[in-house]
Amino acid sequence: MAVDIVVKGEVLTARLVGEIDHHTAYYIRKEIDAAIELNMPSLLILDFERVTFMDSSGIGLVMGRYKNISKRCGELHVVGAKPQIYKVMKLSGLERLVKLEMCSQEAKK
Amino acid sequence: MKSENSFSMTVLSKSSNESFVRSVVSAFALSLDPTVEEISDIKTAVSEAVTNCIVHAYKDTIGKIYINCDIKDNVLTVKIRDRGIGIENIEQAMEPLFTTSDDERAGLGFAVMQSFMDSIRVRSVVGKGTTVTLKKHISVRYATKKQ
Repeated sequence: MAVDIVVKGEVLTARLVGEIDHHTAYYIRKEIDAAIELNMPSLLILDFERVTFMDSSGIGLVMGRYKNISKRCGELHVVGAKPQIYKVMKLSGLERLVKLEMCSQEAKK
Repeated sequence: MKSENSFSMTVLSKSSNESFVRSVVSAFALSLDPTVEEISDIKTAVSEAVTNCIVHAYKDTIGKIYINCDIKDNVLTVKIRDRGIGIENIEQAMEPLFTTSDDERAGLGFAVMQSFMDSIRVRSVVGKGTTVTLKKHISVRYATKKQ
């Protein structure tokens, strides 16, 4: 599991790579929170395009970052979720809080 | 074609074993020729069950997680058992968003297992441990010719 952080102006993009579970979520969380602290973005984008697996630990991860960025009056977008990942996100009702954008057109339903 | 097979394994409740167990169970299920979605569902549900053992059953300790899998009549059964603290109120534990953990847990573990598998059975005795039994039927996609 890896996180690539890219900062452009007030936009912080965290590109997640690999599998997200309870084991890996801890490290991802630390990396992203440190980058938020340092850059104070107004928009945080979590890019799931290169995530190959995610269980409900990923939901905790997104919700936690949502709380963090909301406290700073920022916004959170989730992009690139593949069908399996989107299925877990949908189950959690995450789309009521966060703007979710699917990976290409394959999972738009 | 009816195939029967089974395997058992025991792992320590270390979080690095979450990916190991879900990979082994999904590899075992491959003989049923599941779709990508079915394999994904199995992986996710197993990951949730194993995570529960690590995060809740053996909260402040390392214990053993026992995994038994079998395949019979195109049904995969995965039994995940621990000898941890047990669940006081199973009904409450299975409610979506209910969690006793404050460590950014979404409280969706059982909801995912229920939604991604065909059936789930939870048996638990406080102080003795919990057994979660997950079942999923994998449809035969290619009809075999009868001789």
